[in-house]
Amino acid sequence: MSPPVSRGFRGRGRSSIEAARVPPGQYVTSDFPVLSAGPTPSADLEEWSFTVLGAVAEPRSWTWEELRALPGETVTVDIHCVTKWSKLDTVWTGVSVDPLLDGVVTSARYVTAFSDGGYTTNLPLADLRGGKAWIAYGYDGAPLAPEHGGPARLLVPHLYFWKSAKWVRGLELREQDAPGFWEGYGYHDYGDPWREQRYQGD
Amino acid sequence: MVELVEETPSTKSIVLDLPGWQGHRAGQHVDVRLTAEDGYQAQRSYSIASAPEERHVVLTVQRLEDGEVSPYLVDVLQPGDELELRGPIGGYFLWESALGGPLLLLAGGSGIVPLRAIARHHAASGSLIPLRLLYSARSLEDVIYRGELERLGATAQIDVDFALTRAWPERWSGHRGRVDAGLLEQTEWSPRPRPLVYVCGPSGFVEFVANALVGLGHEAGRIRTERFGPTG
Repeated sequence: MSPPVSRGFRGRGRSSIEAARVPPGQYVTSDFPVLSAGPTPSADLEEWSFTVLGAVAEPRSWTWEELRALPGETVTVDIHCVTKWSKLDTVWTGVSVDPLLDGVVTSARYVTAFSDGGYTTNLPLADLRGGKAWIAYGYDGAPLAPEHGGPARLLVPHLYFWKSAKWVRGLELREQDAPGFWEGYGYHDYGDPWREQRYQGD
Repeated sequence: MVELVEETPSTKSIVLDLPGWQGHRAGQHVDVRLTAEDGYQAQRSYSIASAPEERHVVLTVQRLEDGEVSPYLVDVLQPGDELELRGPIGGYFLWESALGGPLLLLAGGSGIVPLRAIARHHAASGSLIPLRLLYSARSLEDVIYRGELERLGATAQIDVDFALTRAWPERWSGHRGRVDAGLLEQTEWSPRPRPLVYVCGPSGFVEFVANALVGLGHEAGRIRTERFGPTG
């Protein structure tokens, strides 16, 4: 069934660039809107650590200094929020997730990323490997601001942006998928913006 | 759409008759999708302003000058027109009596909309849970649902206060200027009864208020936030 035409609605239309780079149902913004379910946590970098645990032989952990000492990458990516905005050519600095999982032998196929403040999100382990995901601590050449997830957030730009957990503190590898925070409230377990997987059942 | 109510010069409430609507919980939102004749579509999310107990679902929309969807909803849409929407959506920024209270609601600008649904649900369900609402708006003319909120504030278990940030009447006895930590402290109960807090408004407002509440000793886990960006 085709949707009803909205009488008198023309809209802005889309440029050909947008049509190629912006997933269905999204629009481009030049702002950087903030979304979070609660107050912005404050982190003490002396106490901060990033941990890989769960279905692994040995949990691994990095202090803030150790993480920052790993080779950094600067990447330019488009990001897509489930609340419909997309932002093109955002520039992030951080550490690829690949070296953090390097040599990890596991039968786990899923990951729950966990954050300060109690936020969690689930995603397949394969989506964090192969140069597709980062622990980002810089945005646009400056340290990542707390309201945008600083000191460090997960960056998984090929999925809706709630998967890019702010204030991330680690990854729990899991044999079975388990819904994270928003997923438990009806948002999609995978969240591919190009297939418009916003909510469970999409 | 069955009725349009002008709330302020830039804000209208859109009253919808939704056959087959499954019902919603106070604080949830819907996705509205517009389709042009050439097939072009635009979607945005809008909070539900009505209580679950009401017959119609109401959205309250503020026109953003450079917006794409909100100017259509406020200025073009007419009673009798159809609107495509999906929902209700959202399971966290909502309140029902089982969650308890007391309730501290903090609104900035059009962030009042989901909090009004919560206040209406509180009233419609006959809740005796104490409720305090602090609503920050630019001026008295920008206050959405003013008459209704003043009436609610006159009931025993509900307190309503307005903070006006840009302009105020000569004899305005309420807060003048932006919400600050001192005003939040005044708005609170003393001693504090572990309230459940809902903060909704523009990002800067939510960031400031939520951080200030944590600074005043509130538990972060009892503060729920929703931010409205200038997203059209």
